[in-house]
Amino acid sequence: MYQEIILDHYRNPQHRGLREPFGAEVHHVNPTCGDEITLRVALEGAGDDAVVKDVSYENQGCSISQASASVMSELIIGRSVKDAMRVGEEFLALMQSRGELEPDEDILEDAVAFAGVSRYPARVKCALLGWMAWKDATAQTLEKAS
Amino acid sequence: MSLLAEEIRKDFPILGRTVRNGNPLVYLDSGATSQKPRRVLDAERAFYEKHNAAVHRGAHLLAEEATDAFEAARATIGAFVGAPAGEIVFTKNATEAINLVAYSLSNAATFGPEAARFAVGPGDEIVVTEMEHHANLVPWQELCRRTGATLRWFGLTDDGRLDLSNLDELVGPRTKLVALTQQSNVLGTVNPVPLIAERAHAFGAFVLVDGAQSVPHLPVDVTALGADFLVFSGHKMLGPLGIGVLWGRRELLESMPPFITGGSMIEVVQLEQSTYAAPPQRFEAGVPVTAQAVGLAAACDYLTDLGMDRVAEHEHELAVYALETVGSIPGVRIIGPTDTAARGATVSFVVDGIHPHDVGQVLDDEGVAVRVGHHCAWPLCRRYGIPATTRASFYVYNTLSEIDALAEGVRRAQKFFGTV
Repeated sequence: MYQEIILDHYRNPQHRGLREPFGAEVHHVNPTCGDEITLRVALEGAGDDAVVKDVSYENQGCSISQASASVMSELIIGRSVKDAMRVGEEFLALMQSRGELEPDEDILEDAVAFAGVSRYPARVKCALLGWMAWKDATAQTLEKAS
Repeated sequence: MSLLAEEIRKDFPILGRTVRNGNPLVYLDSGATSQKPRRVLDAERAFYEKHNAAVHRGAHLLAEEATDAFEAARATIGAFVGAPAGEIVFTKNATEAINLVAYSLSNAATFGPEAARFAVGPGDEIVVTEMEHHANLVPWQELCRRTGATLRWFGLTDDGRLDLSNLDELVGPRTKLVALTQQSNVLGTVNPVPLIAERAHAFGAFVLVDGAQSVPHLPVDVTALGADFLVFSGHKMLGPLGIGVLWGRRELLESMPPFITGGSMIEVVQLEQSTYAAPPQRFEAGVPVTAQAVGLAAACDYLTDLGMDRVAEHEHELAVYALETVGSIPGVRIIGPTDTAARGATVSFVVDGIHPHDVGQVLDDEGVAVRVGHHCAWPLCRRYGIPATTRASFYVYNTLSEIDALAEGVRRAQKFFGTV
């Protein structure tokens, strides 16, 4: 489960820290374990074609939840919301696969390292915490803009 | 050493299985739920195979046998904590037992003069502690919200004990009820219940004790405890899931309003209104958890045969060894008392630089089952400035070599995450 990529991101989290400007800020917790993330999203443009300019966050939690947020921010900054959502859907499907899905490295890049996590149902929520926060913050930003 | 465990491990079929990577199971999560000896499983099975029927209704032989088994179980479970059968109410678990009291109190305001002494309103205070499990905190928050009463709490000392320095200020004429745990599910601390109960009773307040983590592990006698209510769960004391117990002083149960209403708990029912049965039936609506009661009685018999003094002594030995073995690992900090007086065999700790989830994962790979997280005691974790802990909780079947396996796993986690 603890792939080297995961440990690398855990030790050196990317894009961490809360930055300005941002469209929305959300705070998500995992009530079963107390892991927390505060996450901000900055978008440019409108609707699905808006581009993710920045994802910034502060979090506390296990190596899986911290590394996942780091990998996610690397993956989606610079993409269109539509694209980023597609990556998110792919990651969600992988996490819900209980180890039965061959991850698509072209789409998921470093996030394929989390495939092993899907075999541990108790840890899936850890891996998804950052992604869920991002989805929420993006939806709120788009809503404000519309 | 650990003779008790060596003697009885064979009674627990699950302890013979292997887990991840073919490792033998090292089960250190009895604070969450205990494993069950064959005798308990057999008792439940025998009930279903020979006597199964709905109790307290029906005129056939099976109904009579089931009722006898159910009421005999009530007497056995009562005797286990020094209480008469008529003061034992069966619930789903300790959580429901606490909610029963909380809702009974808030129903009291509109239940007539007999229940007036239980009524809670603005100006009344409910006192809890910062170490409570959510089960003994949230129901009181909700009671306060419903009634306008005020919630107050005992703080904790840095070494994991109740801070009693403001006992006289905290418990006084405004106090309606004090709800506290006898043994913390995170820290292992055993609280001085009789001392607090004495102060509360001096002002006519009720005292409810959460015994979910004490009744399985210590000899508990309701008279010596000095409380008005004691709750505990069957599944944490070698018994089945799905059954909990509320003990209440008879004269209180007799005038308390019901919580869950329906069949079995009534005296006379008319279309407009009803009157209610005497306790304990008043608090047991619906067909009760019968096989579970029989199973829990078998668990009580099993523990009584071992001797609760011996159980406590065995666990003390485990606590001493765990605090020494795990507590002495560099980078490990025990959360809870490190002295072993008034302390049970629940050992929580944090490992510098490694989140408890990750510690738990490495241990799991070695076959060592522990609990990680906030243990349903979030305010306690905040008090100590930590998001979570790793918790090993021991019981009758645990051995010293299992503690060695735990310590070895912690060292392995440190090596893996490069913190040493």
